[in-house]
Amino acid sequence: MSKVNVNALLQGTLNWVDERFPLTSNWKAHLSEYYAPKNFNFWYFFGSLAMLVLVIQIVTGIFLTMHVKPDAALNASGVPVAFASVEYIMRDVSWGWLIRYMHSTGASAFFLVVYLHMFRGLLYGSYRKPRELIWLFGIGIFLCLMGEAFFGYLLPWGQMSFWGAQVIVNLFSAIPVSGPDLSIWLRGDNVVGDATLNRFFAFHVIAMPLVLLGLVGAHIIALHEVGSNNPDGVEIKKKKDANGIPLDGIPFHPYYTVKDIVGVVVFLMVFSIVVFFMPEGGGYFLEYNNFFPADPLQTPPHIAPVWYFTPYYSLLRVVTYPLFGIYVKFWGVVAMGAGTLIFAFLPWLDRSPVKSIRYRGPMTKWLLSIWIVGFFILGFLGTKDPAYKFFGFIPGAPIAQLLSVYYFLFFLTMPIWSSLDRCKPEPDRVTMK
Amino acid sequence: MKKFLTAILFAPVLAFAAGATLHLDSAPDKATDMAALQNGAKIFVNYCLNCHSASYMRYNRLKDIGLSDAQIKDNLLFTADKVGEPMKLAMQRAEAKAWFGAAPPDLSVIARARASEHGSGADWLYTYLRTFYRDENRPTGWNNVVFENVGMPHVLWELQGEQVMGADHKLQLVKPGKMKPQEFDAAIGDLVAYLKYMGEPVAEFRKKLGVIVLIFLAVLFVFAYALKREYWKDIHKLLFLYVNAYYGASRNERATRPQSGA
Repeated sequence: MSKVNVNALLQGTLNWVDERFPLTSNWKAHLSEYYAPKNFNFWYFFGSLAMLVLVIQIVTGIFLTMHVKPDAALNASGVPVAFASVEYIMRDVSWGWLIRYMHSTGASAFFLVVYLHMFRGLLYGSYRKPRELIWLFGIGIFLCLMGEAFFGYLLPWGQMSFWGAQVIVNLFSAIPVSGPDLSIWLRGDNVVGDATLNRFFAFHVIAMPLVLLGLVGAHIIALHEVGSNNPDGVEIKKKKDANGIPLDGIPFHPYYTVKDIVGVVVFLMVFSIVVFFMPEGGGYFLEYNNFFPADPLQTPPHIAPVWYFTPYYSLLRVVTYPLFGIYVKFWGVVAMGAGTLIFAFLPWLDRSPVKSIRYRGPMTKWLLSIWIVGFFILGFLGTKDPAYKFFGFIPGAPIAQLLSVYYFLFFLTMPIWSSLDRCKPEPDRVTMK
Repeated sequence: MKKFLTAILFAPVLAFAAGATLHLDSAPDKATDMAALQNGAKIFVNYCLNCHSASYMRYNRLKDIGLSDAQIKDNLLFTADKVGEPMKLAMQRAEAKAWFGAAPPDLSVIARARASEHGSGADWLYTYLRTFYRDENRPTGWNNVVFENVGMPHVLWELQGEQVMGADHKLQLVKPGKMKPQEFDAAIGDLVAYLKYMGEPVAEFRKKLGVIVLIFLAVLFVFAYALKREYWKDIHKLLFLYVNAYYGASRNERATRPQSGA
């Protein structure tokens, strides 16, 4: 019996594949010979973590789809079938509770890591030339994610699901002329109902994920074409060795794969603390009111979206003047839409000679810090009633209006202040801190 | 500047603390007290299940709180034939609606739904069930402090007795019931503990499993971190060589030192 040479066999198989599919070349281009700057810090974990959460959401989502029933009809006990099917998953499906909590926590985790990922972009000017398209694909992912979360939130068919969808779809009716027809077309009915639940299920389970996956692919392909930015905001491709490899670049695999594994484990610890010990997240991840089944005849006294939408919800609510005689609601929608879309213009609004916050002047640091604090306060106020008062006496509504104006002024005046700021000189090469 | 920024970052957090209006008594924590949970289940089946369903809760799930199939069958199984069936209702929903104005809600997840910024769902239920008072203006003759003008009558009046609302907005027991006030509070504590359990029967197991998962991840972290360090040790050395070759610099010089003409 002759001895089988395993290595030769594997090599032969790989060659066979490579002649028919660019496996090795892709492995090299995206992992083993993709040179990333050596000075990535904490903020660079969130891109790979966002992909991890995407996988968690898809896998848990597939298993949820096997048991959830997008049906608004009442069962024999007077409970909507959709609502009951979620509790069926929580109680009678083996490990259903874990799958469901992972999915519900995953939704919040997704926004958390994506917000941190975007903040990284703001800190280090990652959207600047030549990475404008990466940024635009990223904005597309962000918008898709918002759609995905919005459609998914209707599926448990609780009170907040129902009334949240009702409020948001009704916003479209504020658009002059075509609005009312448009909102009926979106709902498939005059009110949010069974038709709405079924189509939102379709959007959530297949339409949005397809677009999302396509955009994530484009985001990464664009990134690997131009190369990663880094905390110093200098181009590592400007300094290469004799072989054309950036001097400050290291192969993504194995160096960043092993580093990202550490990030993944830490993330999973935080994620597990929520899933196992506080799955409701104090009412911020799973809203208490959503444990009441949807009741079209009973409007809850206070309707608030989940935390990740609340800054934009604040932008929606602050508009109180019917400009040009058009509904206030319409301008609210415009403010909310503009608030999410304005990020897309960053590559062209930022005129600073340097990219990274490390070398930018005090003006940028102050204005950005205030913007971030304002974003948090707008988010907080979005969870509250419009009549909310800080400490019981400082009215929240005018503060939200002030911060909303600042929110937009920060971007709109960026071409001016970013070019005026006293920047420090950038180093030639990246620095290790 | 950093101090100032920290201060404004935390300002909203401080503001969050202000502003509660509804006062709720805090429910005793009996989540792991099997005797209390069993007593709560008994009260639930005897008093609540006549009008309210718990349609996601199967009778044999009560094995979680230390009961056997036989015990469930003999003592608690009133509205179903088999222990594997859920706690459904014998009453017709249409009739219930006619009697109470609204059909009594399913109570499976009531302890989760009643949570709010004022307190946990258990706190709400614990306060609600103890604050019924006589009100002749209501069709049932009863009103409630927490849930004003509630459609539900005081089902447990036999046990608690009758309370009236005084001019000082405080409740006063005017006709004692079968139980002393402390006994009644303890019984409601048991019932609320059961309702909380029923809201999420897996909760206790979830927490136990969570500890194991976190221990596993902590061990995994040690290995993951060691692996990362091992690899990066190499790359630091390698980078040093690269940089030295490029700049022709000596070992003692900084790797990032820029050189004229480079």
